[in-house]
Amino acid sequence: MNRRRFFKGLGATAAGALLQSPWARADADFARVLVLVELQGGNDGLNTVVPYADPLYRRLRPTLVLSREQVLPLDERAGLHRALEPLWPLWTAGELAIIQGLGYPDPNLSHFRSIEIWNTASASDETLDDGWVGRAFRAVPPPATLAAHGVVVGGEDGPLEAVGPRVIRLSDTARFLRQSRLAAPGGPGSNAALRHILSVEAAIDEAARGLDTGIRFSTAFPATPFGRAVHTACEAIASHGGVAAVKLSLGGFDTHVGQAARHPRLLAELAGGLVALRAAIMELGRWDRTLVMTYSEFGRRPRENLGGGTDHGTAACHFLAGGRVRGGLHGAALRLDRLDGAGNPEQTTDYRRLYAAVLERWWRIDGAQVLGRPWMALPVLPA
Amino acid sequence: MVCVTVLTLLTACAGRGRVPVAASDPPSSGNVLSREDARHLASRTGFGVVPAAVAHWTGRTRRAAVDELLAGLRDTAVTPPPAGIDRYVPSARTGGRDDDAREAGREQAQLSIALRAWWLREMRETPSPLTERLTLFWHNHFVSSQEKVRSATLMYRQNVLLRRHAGGSFARMLRAVARDPAMVVYLDSARNRKGAPNENFARELMELFTLGEGRYTESDVKEAARAFTGWGFDRESGVFRFRPAQHDGGVKTVLGYTARLDGDAVIDRLLADPRTAEHIVRKLWREFVSPDPDSDRVTAVAADFHRSGHDVKVALRALLLSDEFWAPAQRGVLVKSPTDLVVGSLAAFDAEVPDYAPFALLVARLGQNLFAPPNVKGWPGGEVWIDATTLLQRKQYLDGLFRGQDLGVGAMMRAAAEDRAQKLLKRGGPQAAARLTRALAGVRLDADAWIDRLRARPEEWRDLVVLDPVVAAMPAAPSVADLRALFQDPVYQLR
Repeated sequence: MNRRRFFKGLGATAAGALLQSPWARADADFARVLVLVELQGGNDGLNTVVPYADPLYRRLRPTLVLSREQVLPLDERAGLHRALEPLWPLWTAGELAIIQGLGYPDPNLSHFRSIEIWNTASASDETLDDGWVGRAFRAVPPPATLAAHGVVVGGEDGPLEAVGPRVIRLSDTARFLRQSRLAAPGGPGSNAALRHILSVEAAIDEAARGLDTGIRFSTAFPATPFGRAVHTACEAIASHGGVAAVKLSLGGFDTHVGQAARHPRLLAELAGGLVALRAAIMELGRWDRTLVMTYSEFGRRPRENLGGGTDHGTAACHFLAGGRVRGGLHGAALRLDRLDGAGNPEQTTDYRRLYAAVLERWWRIDGAQVLGRPWMALPVLPA
Repeated sequence: MVCVTVLTLLTACAGRGRVPVAASDPPSSGNVLSREDARHLASRTGFGVVPAAVAHWTGRTRRAAVDELLAGLRDTAVTPPPAGIDRYVPSARTGGRDDDAREAGREQAQLSIALRAWWLREMRETPSPLTERLTLFWHNHFVSSQEKVRSATLMYRQNVLLRRHAGGSFARMLRAVARDPAMVVYLDSARNRKGAPNENFARELMELFTLGEGRYTESDVKEAARAFTGWGFDRESGVFRFRPAQHDGGVKTVLGYTARLDGDAVIDRLLADPRTAEHIVRKLWREFVSPDPDSDRVTAVAADFHRSGHDVKVALRALLLSDEFWAPAQRGVLVKSPTDLVVGSLAAFDAEVPDYAPFALLVARLGQNLFAPPNVKGWPGGEVWIDATTLLQRKQYLDGLFRGQDLGVGAMMRAAAEDRAQKLLKRGGPQAAARLTRALAGVRLDADAWIDRLRARPEEWRDLVVLDPVVAAMPAAPSVADLRALFQDPVYQLR
């Protein structure tokens, strides 16, 4: 593992970069919420946005193949898995962008390592400590008026991991409000460690006050674990002061066996949750200020295995949804005629170009300052 | 009860081991410990502070106390390891998808929970908590993770190795670690062959284990990797194996030194370099003294450490006797790790714990999944331990202990979130869950008796924190509410 730790020197270089950067005068816009949806386990991109017209796809997937009749055609080559039909209104409204072939060079096939790469926006051979969103919050602190900088509703902090930003993990708002009574904010600290703890006590207290809204949505959230998590996420977005980022997570995508039955259920749970999210956010009148982004550690191997499933792969497609998204297909589809030694395709679009789009076109902060170098932002959002 | 035994043993051990006296001994080491000093020493060298330990150290000189601590260091554990842990099962047999492999995988997962539980028990019951603190320190220095090694047995054997050398020779420990099968798997030495070198071990050896970042070149890494080619392990028996056919016997240049170097010769070069001693002393400083090592003092201590042939006791003794260690400004400047908090609080409450499995999961949930650090750099520690979520979880645990209910662990087990602890549990299957339920039911904790005793002895309840509380009041005659508030005070998170 080659570990560069360029962010240690960030202070000096960032100051230099800011002088010529177009971001020097632009105001960061943290009234815009980013909703991150982690598809845990590695989602099978090929059976999510299906290259139904590709004969190689049919050959590699003798049992898991989805025919033209089983997909919702997006164009003459790609089609959406039918389980995602609830997302169709977003597609036709131009509120759904699909980015194909997202990945990174020299792919790692370990769940643990590859999600760490996606979380920290690192290259394959470097280890970074902070999540990319956490790093953004450190570089450009969101306003103090937010109830919290980030809220994590499921799984690890991942992209939001970092010391400093006010990040709260929530599974149930009411339970958090009860627990938060244990917080003991107060007093100045006589040393750095104590000052840090006091700042965290204060963050809990502020989040609790912000989340104590008593809001009732008229949207019906699905009675699935993901549906409940979406409900909690919406409560966080509706908090007094609001939040800049929310992270959700849906597990179970590691479909080594029996994928034909499991994968559609997972996609249906995802789609059900996302349309409920959109409806609830529309109730708040904030769909224009909300951006939903899916991500996963990797896609799955094009050739299905002998257990009716698929093994760890590399690049995959992901979704971006929201009132301001430039809908449609972005990025090039994977080349199934050029597979590596493990039988995996090469990425066509570096995932950091997606992050750059979020940083620069959504929050309006300097992508290079967070990602360590400039990446050309994908045109998935208006400039 | 436990403490009495501990102290009897400690006293019995005192004076038996001989600790070399270093040239950098500060002149002030004749000072006599006040109760505050004793509390500080206990909080830095043990897990949590128990009044009996504070009473034991109070009135001794710094030198006598530190020598007694060092003389009490052990090289083996006192509690028996989990049954079956030493029976190695090749990972090929636990990684498959058929029923046998699944069952073997579940057994490994259960063993790995048992292994974590065993270590927590050892931390609580050992007569030398400093031994376990050092073993944990080395675990976080020579990182290997079960997530990659996939064998509780190999992780256990590494733990035994680290304890054997914890307070002994760093040089011997380093040579042993380089051959340790868990390390061989974790840093891919097993894939390092002549003509196709894998640099993973060589790089971390220089960057993390010895010299420190930026003190070597890429060429040093490449050349050192060649020196370690052929260092593998036998996948069937799980023991270290040198494979001469895979070893590159050619000439290499490492740190400006050119010869037909093998792995041991590279290690010798790294040990001879004074920057290795400095790197280790700086890390020990952060663990035992403060987050900000003093460069001059580090250099002086490192010189003695180097001269002693890398005797860990020499470095530790110098640090524990330094003026910086005893300075009032350095009290409570370190954040308690999850093990400090969980094990220390069980000790403070005098809880009887027949099986530590639930606490192993709690510690994992708080961010310190023993035997599985997050990456090769280990747990960053310090302020990173505390975020809004872990702070609330810590407080819930403490409040549960205080009320003698649930221990805050039941709530954790009910939590639906998929996190580190849940993953451990899931892999272990229903037996693992049943074990946890049994274990929780077995915990004996008489919070009321404990509270009554503390209210009768105010000097003992002051021992619970090393700094004055910032929120809680500390009246001479504390009420139950005062005591409860003390555990919730931010300073309780510090040591």
